[in-house]
Amino acid sequence: MSSSTELSEGAQELQPKSRTAGLEYLREAGSVLRIPHLPEDVDEVRTDDDTMIVNMGPQHPSTHGVLRVMMELQGETVLRSKPVIGYLHTGMEKTGEDLTYLQGPTNVTRMDYVAPLFNELVFSLATEKLLDVEIPPRATWIRMLMCELNRMSSQFLWMATNGMDLGAVSMMIYGFREREGILDFFEKVTGLRMNHNYIRPGGVAVDLPDGWRDDVLRLLDIFPERLDEYDTLLTGQPIWQERTQGVGILTTEECLALGITGPLLRSTGLPWDLRKDDPYLYYDQVDFDVIVGSYGDSFDRYAIRLNEIRESMKIVRQILDKMPSGDYRVQDKKVTPPPRHRIDESMEALIHHFKIFTEGFRVPEGEVYVAVESPRGELGCYMVSDGSAKPYRFHIRGPSFVNLQALPHMLRGGMVADAVASISSIDPIMGEVDR
Amino acid sequence: MDEPDGLPPEDEPALIHGAISSLSRGQLVVHSARDDYLDLVGSLYDDGYRVCMDLTGVDYLMHMERQLPPGVRAERFEVVVNLLSTEARRRIRVRAQVPGADLTIPSIFHLHPTTEAMERETYDMFGIVFTGHPDLSRILMPDDWEGHPLRKDFGVGRIPVQFKGAPPAR
Amino acid sequence: MGLEDLNHNFLTGSIEDLVKWARRNSMWPATFGLACCAIEMMATGAAHFDLARFGMEVFRASPRQADLMIVAGRVSQKMAPVLRQVYDQMMEPKWVISMGVCASSGGMFNNYAIVQGVDQVVPVDVYSPGCPPGPETLMHSILTLHELVRTGEITKRRAETGAGAGVHVTERRVAVATPH
Repeated sequence: MSSSTELSEGAQELQPKSRTAGLEYLREAGSVLRIPHLPEDVDEVRTDDDTMIVNMGPQHPSTHGVLRVMMELQGETVLRSKPVIGYLHTGMEKTGEDLTYLQGPTNVTRMDYVAPLFNELVFSLATEKLLDVEIPPRATWIRMLMCELNRMSSQFLWMATNGMDLGAVSMMIYGFREREGILDFFEKVTGLRMNHNYIRPGGVAVDLPDGWRDDVLRLLDIFPERLDEYDTLLTGQPIWQERTQGVGILTTEECLALGITGPLLRSTGLPWDLRKDDPYLYYDQVDFDVIVGSYGDSFDRYAIRLNEIRESMKIVRQILDKMPSGDYRVQDKKVTPPPRHRIDESMEALIHHFKIFTEGFRVPEGEVYVAVESPRGELGCYMVSDGSAKPYRFHIRGPSFVNLQALPHMLRGGMVADAVASISSIDPIMGEVDR
Repeated sequence: MDEPDGLPPEDEPALIHGAISSLSRGQLVVHSARDDYLDLVGSLYDDGYRVCMDLTGVDYLMHMERQLPPGVRAERFEVVVNLLSTEARRRIRVRAQVPGADLTIPSIFHLHPTTEAMERETYDMFGIVFTGHPDLSRILMPDDWEGHPLRKDFGVGRIPVQFKGAPPAR
Repeated sequence: MGLEDLNHNFLTGSIEDLVKWARRNSMWPATFGLACCAIEMMATGAAHFDLARFGMEVFRASPRQADLMIVAGRVSQKMAPVLRQVYDQMMEPKWVISMGVCASSGGMFNNYAIVQGVDQVVPVDVYSPGCPPGPETLMHSILTLHELVRTGEITKRRAETGAGAGVHVTERRVAVATPH
């Protein structure tokens, strides 16, 4: 399909049916039924006079970032669709090859910008696995606390934007209340509201400030009642139910074939959560439930994310009790910069500080893959080190990148209006899709 | 989750479906040449590694002297596939060597449909052609972009910035 | 009370002032949230920081109905033509706020994929620093723009050179009291 405007993305776009009949069928049906070859009746050319290829995005009111979806419509029904991504490609993996391991979290934190601490966590865990260092317990518990709070703020944001996408604009206005409370706490601890660069290889950047326990308890006191408010606002409401129930249905086999994880996979009934099934940090020492759905539709995903906030609150309460005292970063002098006052006292400390911040610490050669459970699914980091102070190659497996492959399946046969509900229930964050 | 049970110790590379395996920081890695790649992934699929978590590429142009187990011939590019078995809760990694002169490798789309987008991204970033992929087009860069950004001979594209000690343009 | 008691029921002023007042007090932004800055833009529109008190809570999706384009986030090579097309579809008078360092100058991403400053594509009136700029900084930028519209500077300059005002916001100020 050649186009004379410079806005065409050429081969990446949805091609007319007559040219792609066999290939499209293979692509669509093959991913569910795993047909390795074409059935015989597919080569017939269908005239596409009564269908229309419509373009949605990349700039559109649905607040899920610069995603472009091309849909072939027959009336209001979506026959085929194709997401076109790349509108936020930032070259972070290439940039990261020029930054040291200590500067790495600043770079990767901007991938999934709604839950930035998870990106930093997975990068730091991969680096520490390559370094073979043991992180002190307090640092690990602090990481867990911050990540669970970030999970809550991400799910609150999702509820707000999902509400707005489906028309419940008041959800957007009020949904940011709780997120602001959590962001205030983050600003107190890390200095920034977003993109904190707090979790670094070796531990965390600074210790928790005095009075953090009271701040967190205050948040935990307010949230349950607010969550009940949102529950009342949305869950039982007939319009909400009509718009989300039965929309964007996926099955477990489809999800596993497409590599989909997170609330989408759990909505189909499979209780796969890396915090339970492949525990990292100290998630095996805290008690929480994994929420699963039964129908695999958007309503299930909404309910799962709402209740995940409640489960995260449970985890945070347990962390409050279990937080030990101790170091907030590993005491290995080659990895961790010395405390500032030591620089005046010791020459060695000055040299270490200088080396760590200019050249960076060297990481032994090797390659690892580490995965954590982000609010969107499995966030993984594959890191290759060549023994120098900068990663030779790292690849972040963004859950949204993989989850977006469910979009053609969810949209097929549905209405155009359901397209927005489905996209929203996938919760794509284009920063980690495009990196 | 990272301990392989019943495998011989690290100094003796064991064979998994005929391919050399090793341990990398406690994680099980299977190395394959390009010709055995498809069969290997198929056999691992039958073993229970039904979910492909990640497929990516690495350009080893600046690090050709990397450590590989004896018997594995190093090429310029590698395709790395991370597989997961949800029943056994185990992961395994396949590293396939791809020569720079003949940059093709079979696609595993028919086994793992999730690789549709991942292989497109690896093609876009490295230029590795996945034969058998239903729709190998660029996914992150514009359609008319020339070059493959993540290759080591593709510069970062930095423009000069006016401050002292800034790195030069590349 | 009521209309009967009104004695002086004429307001006089210049049309210019009236038009400027209308323009700045109901400047509708176009939805152009790209990346992390978009989240902070949404937070500015939400209840805690509340853009509605400046008449700006309606983010219009259609560029025809929008006056202001807040480029919130990093602009990649693929997105740049789209950005220009949306800007061209907006009707005069229109203004552009470049929110965040990535939109203003490419930010921390000095590489092949990101346009090094959105002023390479569209004329920018206010540059807002931060990564991401907090809601207070964004509101300060918006109020700076309102001030430029109030004095009429910005319309005159645009007519002469076609360029944007290019004002750099340099501090994060709490422009108005935030409600609690």
